[in-house]
Amino acid sequence: MKWLMVGIIVGSTVLADLLQSFEMKRHTVAVEDLRPGRLVGMLRGLAQRGPLVLAVFFMAISFFAFMKLLSVADLSFSVPVTAASVALETVLARLILKEEVTPLRWAGALSVACGVALLAM
Amino acid sequence: MASGEVITEDQQIPSPAPLSRRVDLKTNLLTAFVVSTNVLGNFSMSWGMKHQVTDLGLSPLAYIRLIFTPWVLLGTTLLIVWLLSRMTLLGWADLSYVLPVTSIGYVLNAVLGKVFFGELVTWQRWLGTGFIVVGSIFVGLTAANTTQEDRAG
Repeated sequence: MKWLMVGIIVGSTVLADLLQSFEMKRHTVAVEDLRPGRLVGMLRGLAQRGPLVLAVFFMAISFFAFMKLLSVADLSFSVPVTAASVALETVLARLILKEEVTPLRWAGALSVACGVALLAM
Repeated sequence: MASGEVITEDQQIPSPAPLSRRVDLKTNLLTAFVVSTNVLGNFSMSWGMKHQVTDLGLSPLAYIRLIFTPWVLLGTTLLIVWLLSRMTLLGWADLSYVLPVTSIGYVLNAVLGKVFFGELVTWQRWLGTGFIVVGSIFVGLTAANTTQEDRAG
């Protein structure tokens, strides 16, 4: 049960993050939009974007799987192990989102992935 | 400036430093906010889940009822704030930057788990958190946004 939940969390998180990054880069939120008076309008705008709605759907799946994981595993295991998505998402960010992943950034992502592996031991 | 007037190099190229610093500060502040809401949200959720009395099983209704208990509700609210602030951050910075940099939250979660829940944090887990910290620092040294010009400032 524990590892099934981890798999569901990682898979849905990867899809949600890719969709969010893709869509938020197309229509960036400005600092001015974060002011209280504009916040409702900004949220309404976000709710009308298809890829973000789909991303929230995948995040909801991840959220409920995470709740289940917390009820059967320690917090100090549950939270770090879900970071397994970091390495996978870095590769997909390079391939799909065309981000420039420098050697230093690869090293950082690899270090985070190693950290996750140690935490899951 | 009149048309045709010669522009010296000093006049033509504005110093990028103030804008760069402002953008970095904005991104860094939002990153800190994203990490804080995530850590506190996870902590509240975990506290609520550990103190629930009934076995959840796989019933969706049980989970929905659980969401409206105080600690889980607080955690859910904080995680919604986290979601929205992280979405904004993803517009300002690369996905491959945001993920490792915000991973510092895993370390804080491990510390909270040990302090408040008395969870066993083995040396492997501490070493793992060390790797995550180092990885976050490495990625933090790279440019935040490599796919477009900053338009959010």
